[in-house]
Amino acid sequence: MSDLEKFRSETRAWLQANCPPEMRKPMTSDGDTFWGGRNTKFSSEPQRIWFERMRDKGWTVPDWPREYGGGGLDAGEHKVLREEMAAMGARSPLSSFGIWMLGPALLKYGTEAQKKEHLPKIAAGLIRWCQGYSEPNAGSDLASLQTRAESDGDDYIITGQKIWTSYANYADWIFCLVRTDASAKKHDGISFILFDMASKGVSTKPILLISGYSPFCETFFDNVRVPKSHVVGTVNRGWDVAKYLLQHERAMISGMGERGVGRPLGQVAADSVGSDEQGRLEDPMLRGQIATFEIDEAALSAAAERAVDLAKAGQAHPAFSSAMKYYGTELNKRRHEILMSAGGVDALEWESERSRGGARPRAWLRTKANSIEGGTSEVMLGIVAKRILDLPGA
Amino acid sequence: MALVLNEEQSMLRDSARGFISDKAPVSHLRQLRDAKDATGFSRELWKGFAEMGFSGLLVPEAFGGSGLGCVEAGIVMEEIGRTLMPSPYLATSVLAASALSRGGSDAQKSQYLPNISDGSLLAALAIDEGAKHRPLMTKLKAVRAGNGFKLSGGKAFVVDGHTADLLIVAARSAGSAGERDGLTLFLVDPKAKGIAIERTAMVDAHNAARIVFDNAEVNADGVLGEVDQGFGLLEGVLNIGRAAVASEMVGLSEEVFGRTVTYLKERKQFGKLIGEFQALQHRAAQLYVDIEITRAAVLKALQTLDAGVDKAGAAVAVAKARAGTTATLAVQEGVQMHGGMGMTDQFDIGFFMKRARVCQELFGDSNFHADQLARMKSY
Repeated sequence: MSDLEKFRSETRAWLQANCPPEMRKPMTSDGDTFWGGRNTKFSSEPQRIWFERMRDKGWTVPDWPREYGGGGLDAGEHKVLREEMAAMGARSPLSSFGIWMLGPALLKYGTEAQKKEHLPKIAAGLIRWCQGYSEPNAGSDLASLQTRAESDGDDYIITGQKIWTSYANYADWIFCLVRTDASAKKHDGISFILFDMASKGVSTKPILLISGYSPFCETFFDNVRVPKSHVVGTVNRGWDVAKYLLQHERAMISGMGERGVGRPLGQVAADSVGSDEQGRLEDPMLRGQIATFEIDEAALSAAAERAVDLAKAGQAHPAFSSAMKYYGTELNKRRHEILMSAGGVDALEWESERSRGGARPRAWLRTKANSIEGGTSEVMLGIVAKRILDLPGA
Repeated sequence: MALVLNEEQSMLRDSARGFISDKAPVSHLRQLRDAKDATGFSRELWKGFAEMGFSGLLVPEAFGGSGLGCVEAGIVMEEIGRTLMPSPYLATSVLAASALSRGGSDAQKSQYLPNISDGSLLAALAIDEGAKHRPLMTKLKAVRAGNGFKLSGGKAFVVDGHTADLLIVAARSAGSAGERDGLTLFLVDPKAKGIAIERTAMVDAHNAARIVFDNAEVNADGVLGEVDQGFGLLEGVLNIGRAAVASEMVGLSEEVFGRTVTYLKERKQFGKLIGEFQALQHRAAQLYVDIEITRAAVLKALQTLDAGVDKAGAAVAVAKARAGTTATLAVQEGVQMHGGMGMTDQFDIGFFMKRARVCQELFGDSNFHADQLARMKSY
């Protein structure tokens, strides 16, 4: 038996023994996701047990080095763990922008002191992070951001406004892009800095969205004092860190389209439209849409697997995450259009208990942001045209 | 298994690409078409293919082949797709070699496989009867007669049917159209009495034939696999063929796309390279993404087939359906972005459009495979 096969059988046995049955069911509500943080509460006892067992193994961040609270797995072992968790339907024990976005950037650009300070707290779910990127006048054109950081001795004084800050009202710390040199060209005067959301001068205001939820906030900085030692990477070179982090963010968002969460679409549709004596959906056009969707979903899932393997083999194009982000988000929007169509009138209820508070239409509306957040589909296609296809003037 | 080619597979790709691009660029197909060549492919090139070891790639080593798998066969098909080389590879080396290796008796394997491997025997698989691929609806009749059977009925779209030395024919020996049980595969000599073969010139200038069987006799030792239980064997062979055609479409799509992107960087209008226009940039980027995702789905299907043909149905349906829609998009964008030039026969891009249409139809189009997937998933 190869080492990897041995790892697989041990991992499977450990997961079987340690993952509570409740944590192997598809997530049905927001409360099923555990985000960690100073003020967090577990929504159930199995959620707590599962999180703590995984944390103690270092498997909230399986591929991070052990010294920072990770599991120290190599790429092959990490893939095996993901496959084994997916095979039993095990939920992710901890969701966090610290894991998906900040962590990889700190591992590449952070000082040893920054890594030691922040990574273990992310791994242990102690600190919940938010991302201060977009501003009211800096959306797709992110590099035109205007939030100022003025030098004052060993500190910066930060003033400005961010927008679309996911869960800023629940976050403990923020990783933030600020302008440290107002006279430089727009990509050259930006720094990437970390600070506590409890600092004096920070305030947040949730934005009510079309889904009726407020996952995003406006975030205001009024003369917030931050030590210069909190800059990650080189001062005025924050754009490099920002771009690197965006690659991870895009990979994360593209994954939304391939998550076969919940019941298969064909069964969901059969509940509302019925089936004929051969077991085929009574609505043949909807049946065709679902099958075509599932073909594209399976293909995307293969592409995601291949992207990991290409990266491992050193053959990945660094801009490929933009391609995956584009396709994955458009696909996820299609999934929810089909779910709405399959549900018909029942999927239009907004408040009833029967509809779990309008879960389906609210989720449908939420997905419309997928092709906007983290770079719009149009920006992604522009990146592919320029960086991968090398088209002129792109 | 990693979803990338390993080192040996990359080497195979390089050698196939070297041979095919050197000996059979698109102009090779053009010459055969313009000359109305009676064979429709070059026997000399086929000899070269055999010498390279390609023709026996799927034949077990015990019968003179190299005993490789579907991933390797797909690699060769993809390279064929890049230049549209007309070749007996699909019919003989993929379909017939798989059918015989998987379903043949020892005697049948010894009789045919070494000759497939050395390139001396050409074979064809006769399945379709109507306008669309519906293998379950097979009606061609096999009636017991003496020691064997008599076949009556018609087959269409038989790839390489006019040059085959051996036909593998799906026939209904029991039951009625639509039933799984009652299908039998037969090994038939195309020169036997009662068989009429008409070569059908197709839009893509590749080879196909219509074949009429009128009480054509087959001996009992011409049965491939089990009488009445041939559908399982046929389905496995078809799935290997479908993944191979999907690979051809990946190569075809990538070649068209590469030529199109090159053109976007050369052609000027309104004083600009047309590749500077965002309307075209985004469409090119979308096509790139589509091809990359399809490539992954096709490699996944090939690997799944190598892990076990019987469990690869869903992965193959996904691959063939995706490859069909991707190739259709690639050739349409290719012609459109080349403008008027793309409409001329002098320009190669039209050959790719024609071949893509045939590949889409071969062994089930995207709609067929979407329906198959829905059936597999019970909705």
